[in-house]
Amino acid sequence: MADTPPARRKSALGTLILARIRMFLREPAVIFWVFAFPAILAVALGTAFRDRPPEPPRVGVPTDLTNGVAALASQRLQTLDSDRVTLERATRQELADKLRKGAIDVIVEDAPDGSIAYHFDPQRAEGRMSRLVVDDVIQRGLGRQDAASVREVTELPKGARYIDFLLPGLIAMNLMGSALWGVGYGMVQERSKKLMRRFATTPLTRTQFLTSYIASRLVFLAVEVAFLVGFGALVFDVTIQGSLPLLFGVALLGVLTFTGFAVLCAARTSSVEVVSGFINALTLPMWLLSGTFFSYERFPEAFHPIIKLLPLTALNDALRAITNEGAGLVAIAPQLATLAGWGLLTFLLGVRLFRWR
Amino acid sequence: MNDASPPAVACRKLAKKYPDVLAVDHIDLEVRAGECLAVLGPNGAGKTTTVEMIEGLTEPSAGEIALFGHVWGRSRSDDQAIRELLGVQLQETHFQERLTVLETIELFASFYRRSRPAVELLALVALEQKRDAKVGKLSGGQKQRLALACALVGEPRLLCLDEPTTGLDPQSRRQIWEIVEAFKARGGTILLTTHYMEEAARLADRVAIMDHGHIIALDTPDVLIASLGAEDIVACEVDRVLDDADLRALPTVGEVMNTTTEGRSRIRLSVRDIGQALPALLALTAARGARLDGLVTHRATLEDVFVHHTGRGLRDG
Ligand SMILES: Nc1ncnc2c1ncn2[C@@H]1O[C@H](COP(=O)(O)OP(=O)(O)O)[C@@H](O)[C@H]1O
Ligand SMILES: [Mg+2]
Repeated sequence: MADTPPARRKSALGTLILARIRMFLREPAVIFWVFAFPAILAVALGTAFRDRPPEPPRVGVPTDLTNGVAALASQRLQTLDSDRVTLERATRQELADKLRKGAIDVIVEDAPDGSIAYHFDPQRAEGRMSRLVVDDVIQRGLGRQDAASVREVTELPKGARYIDFLLPGLIAMNLMGSALWGVGYGMVQERSKKLMRRFATTPLTRTQFLTSYIASRLVFLAVEVAFLVGFGALVFDVTIQGSLPLLFGVALLGVLTFTGFAVLCAARTSSVEVVSGFINALTLPMWLLSGTFFSYERFPEAFHPIIKLLPLTALNDALRAITNEGAGLVAIAPQLATLAGWGLLTFLLGVRLFRWR
Repeated sequence: MNDASPPAVACRKLAKKYPDVLAVDHIDLEVRAGECLAVLGPNGAGKTTTVEMIEGLTEPSAGEIALFGHVWGRSRSDDQAIRELLGVQLQETHFQERLTVLETIELFASFYRRSRPAVELLALVALEQKRDAKVGKLSGGQKQRLALACALVGEPRLLCLDEPTTGLDPQSRRQIWEIVEAFKARGGTILLTTHYMEEAARLADRVAIMDHGHIIALDTPDVLIASLGAEDIVACEVDRVLDDADLRALPTVGEVMNTTTEGRSRIRLSVRDIGQALPALLALTAARGARLDGLVTHRATLEDVFVHHTGRGLRDG
């Protein structure tokens, strides 16, 4: 039998990266948080805020209308399809109650002087809308002609739905979470288990140790982003207007940025409770401020410059611009600079403060 | 090993000061290539601090450490050279629970330039049956054997073990001892800490007895025990106060410890010939009208050496 050649030595970095990938995949909770959770959020929020066809005006007409213009109007209303108006016949008293509760939008009745009276709440958009729709129906029924011909264009521009807004936000949230928890929490856990100390007695270098975390993150980054983009396309028909490679490139930068934060969070503590506190203190405010679920435009103008400095805002804005506006590299350069700045700052500071054992 | 080769470990004036304690007090310690040196001492003696300074994990407050002639911290390449030669088992390490035994050993193997095949190590530490089991599912003894396999995987010349059998059952303890002995039989050098004198007596060529950051005695177990000038130890309690002078006058008695509380004496005698000393002790207590309680005799051990130097037992805390 021929001699078998001596087994080639496996690379320390490669073996450590592989070990980290295995550990990650063997943690069921992680699979939930990384894949199932954002998908569930997308379905729940995407469905709740789906753009529904507008409700037809709910119009109340008293049962005791017998003659006059109002009676004519009510006859006209009754001939309409139920998807144009929802008609409600009841006594005047009952209709007044319903209007107050918001169960109907407008009441059509006869005024003492023979004209038609519309009762509605001018504070409510539905009330004002219904008054206009009902008046239009009645006036046309009584013979009014349009002065100009009009054409209705109801196609929304692409990328204007809520789900189009939400999906890039979920991707960014996921990237931030998996970098901070995967790297920050993972490092502190290894320190608290004294495994970092054990590694420190071996020839494994600090660079290899750090790189193994970052590299294993990047493997999952690709899977996570592909999953969410694919999920959005299949379930909600979300299309990436801009370049897909650019989207992945920005996601990569985002992960590196938040890895910087993770290293900083993990630099000195050996308590997993403490690092969890740091990570929560970092992520929760940014979820709210950076416009993950709703646009930060709703915050007062004065806060916008600060909000835009947050790394998650920069990542959200860049991903949204690529997804919904087809933005290119130049258009999102300010956001990329913000991300890179944060990433470099936190990473260098984190490595400087890092306790390696 | 010939005399020209540098010692496995040479510490000079090694000290570690923590804010409220001088954990290691300027000790000189040498581990000769090929020997097993046990550092024996109670909890808090400074054993872990000493070993972790030697392993390069704890920065000494003073002193110098060289391993096989490489001084820690002199250059990056010296440090890396030391790490290639060093196999370490810390007092406490929790390996990743979701990796298997084999994956854990192969992970550590990948860190070293030379490594022993994983199958060979699995056989050595008797974990072949568990090679694909998750680390989280192992018993305490199995985890400790895995830690030993990871310490041995880089073909180290020096194996540092910090309390390798603390908390283990007698059978697991014997298994660990056999693995350590096998390493020694291959020519390896071992530095071991323990607070079990049986462990030091069985494994060590030389024993350093440590207390309060000092090495208070260092020699082969036989010489240390012989230094007591006694073959046996006699211990008892009596319900009278006995004079030290009377006890010292008993035949073949060497060292006498006699502590008196509330009219009772706790007595501990080192004797060369128990056949002469014991009847004489009984006669003395009878003559004083004292009643004897809890009479114990045993062959002198390393623990007695510790008691001789410190007046305390190894596990008295
Ligand atoms: N990181 C530390 N900070 C402060 N004091 C410490 C630290 N590590 C050990 N000590 C103290 O140093 C002394 C020696 O501890 P150690 O070396 O762990 O003893 P042993 O291993 O012999 O039980 C003890 O008094 C311990 O409390
Ligand atoms: Mg200790």
